Amino acid sequence: MAGQVLSDTGTELRLESIRKEYPGFVAVDNIDLTIPAGEFFALLGPSGCGKTTTLRMIAGLDDPTSGRILLGGEDITHTKAYKRPVNTVFQSYALFPHLTILENVAFGLRRRKVADAKAQAIAALELVQLAHVADRRPAQLSGGQQQRVALARAIVNRPALLLLDEPLGALDLKLRRQMQMELKKIQADVGLTFVHVTHDQEEAMTMADTVAVMNQGLIEQMGAPEAMYDLPRTAFVADFLGQSNIFRGQASSANASTIQVELGGSSVRIPVARAAKSSGDVSVGVRPEKMSIHVGKVPASANRNVLSGGRVFDVDFTGVSSQFSVDFGALGNVVVFEQNLNALPSVNIGDEVSVSWEIDRGFGLLDHRPEVVASDESEQ
Amino acid sequence: MAFAAFADTSEKKAQEPVKKSRVAIALLLPGIAYLTLFFLAPLVSLVLTSFMAPDPNSVDMGTYVYAFQWQNYVDTISANWMFYVRSFAFAITATVLALVISYPIAYFIGVYARKWPAIQAFALILVIAPFFISFLLRTLAWKQILGDDGWVVSTLKAVSILPPDGHLTGTAFSVIFGLTYNFIPFMVLPIYASLERLDIRLIEAGRDLYASPSTTFWKVTLPLSMPGVVAGTLLTFIPASGDFVNASQQFLGGPSSQMVGNQISSNFLKILDYPTASVLSVVLMAIIMVIVSVYVRRTGTEDLV
Repeated sequence: MAGQVLSDTGTELRLESIRKEYPGFVAVDNIDLTIPAGEFFALLGPSGCGKTTTLRMIAGLDDPTSGRILLGGEDITHTKAYKRPVNTVFQSYALFPHLTILENVAFGLRRRKVADAKAQAIAALELVQLAHVADRRPAQLSGGQQQRVALARAIVNRPALLLLDEPLGALDLKLRRQMQMELKKIQADVGLTFVHVTHDQEEAMTMADTVAVMNQGLIEQMGAPEAMYDLPRTAFVADFLGQSNIFRGQASSANASTIQVELGGSSVRIPVARAAKSSGDVSVGVRPEKMSIHVGKVPASANRNVLSGGRVFDVDFTGVSSQFSVDFGALGNVVVFEQNLNALPSVNIGDEVSVSWEIDRGFGLLDHRPEVVASDESEQ
Repeated sequence: MAFAAFADTSEKKAQEPVKKSRVAIALLLPGIAYLTLFFLAPLVSLVLTSFMAPDPNSVDMGTYVYAFQWQNYVDTISANWMFYVRSFAFAITATVLALVISYPIAYFIGVYARKWPAIQAFALILVIAPFFISFLLRTLAWKQILGDDGWVVSTLKAVSILPPDGHLTGTAFSVIFGLTYNFIPFMVLPIYASLERLDIRLIEAGRDLYASPSTTFWKVTLPLSMPGVVAGTLLTFIPASGDFVNASQQFLGGPSSQMVGNQISSNFLKILDYPTASVLSVVLMAIIMVIVSVYVRRTGTEDLV
């Protein structure tokens, strides 16, 4: 019901080659981005990748060095923060400690001289199931409750765009999962455009319609979480969004549907449609759960790639599945996840094994893993 | 046996708090003795003195006997009420001026200069530095600067702000000026202390929630710095209302700008009228207590501490 009261259609956001320079470094490097109205959009990246700076520029708390920000077609690049129809749920919540919960939520409404500020604030508190603490002060609430108040304080204003700056970062795992579901539900109820900044890939994948992975001030890749997980374009995305086995080799020959890549002694094939690059040095990636592990050798087949001669050096039993770490010498280490269909893991430490995967599940990357990461792995 | 066991434990339980309270009393004793000796006793003596009557058997000045002469209060208040009015008018004006001058200074040091700790430290030293010189000397220096042959008066006369026969020293202006000047550090430091802890993210949240910079100041920054403002105004207002140095004719005051403090001092020290001086002190204290308690309750700072 409260959702109905607050519901509104969001507005499209466009960033046109937005750039932010600080003395000595570029925080955001000419980003172009369009976020459709009503979408739950996640900006995902490690700390220092420029995602929070991007968010602050959209909110108007930082000025871009160059570029334009358009909200529903209107240029808001130089509009003051307090005049933008944009609200933020801050990482620290930033609730006003001297005001009651109700007055915190009504703050934005009162500034805009909305007539029934109190009734709307109560409706927003009902939406986050906190109407019963309306008269308390922020310090009297738990972290999860404060987080929900911060959310109510932002959505009560029916902003064209709601920005979430790692709002779940301070919560423990269980509460975080619960809040993720609630946030997603609230977004569906109110229909606002949400831009969610996070460094938690699982959070981004479970919540967002579209995820943009940021690295060093640039968007590396953008798309639906499932599509991006299935087909990452760069080594960074392959490693940051989930886990990947990546082999570096040379493209040797190609036919209409597949490219052959030589990896030291063995060769594997990747579909042309799933290769970002078809000649020269090519990095081939496979997700650990898409691989199978076999004791001994298995014959090559038409639709599977096989790597032989690995030795298992670690088995992690995690209940539902087991994780096998296999040393393939010059090829590096390979990680394989397998569901525990039998009582015990099928492979033991020290076993000589082969791994195989369906050709259609592999992908070819545009770039390679940075050397630092490669040398780290050879030390293991 | 069972009873004995009960008795034993209950005795032990009872003993422990006694022991603790003995330690507490021992620790409190010096403080209690100090307050009794230097606060309670003088206060009782002051109140007793305020009811004294002249010694009928003596013709010397300053000889009084204990009595219960209520008339002292009636006489003193009716003869001196204008000094109270002036004192509180001066003190309130000086407090407001000191607040208006000090808040931006405290904001600069506590919020604006956060990015540059060196500037912050330097500015704090500038605020505290005047304390290294006796405030009597500093006030005398202002008497020189604001004096009839100082450059301030001659400049003001040259631009016709001050009439040719005008003065600054000896006027209400110079007394309020002196009070404001002398109490600015007491205003700046507590406000700085509360602004220094102000979370900048709350100001950003205000901007995000449609509050213009001025609204954010009135609705977020100022309320959050109220403990500092209340502490600073009390540290200024209370001593300023009883001050007798700035208004003294040897410093910045004149016959028409005398405050209660000057009346108390001359009654005590010059005409040796101890009962009148005591009445003036007791009434001053009572009025300050009433004003302060109303003020603290009004500003609602008990929530914020």
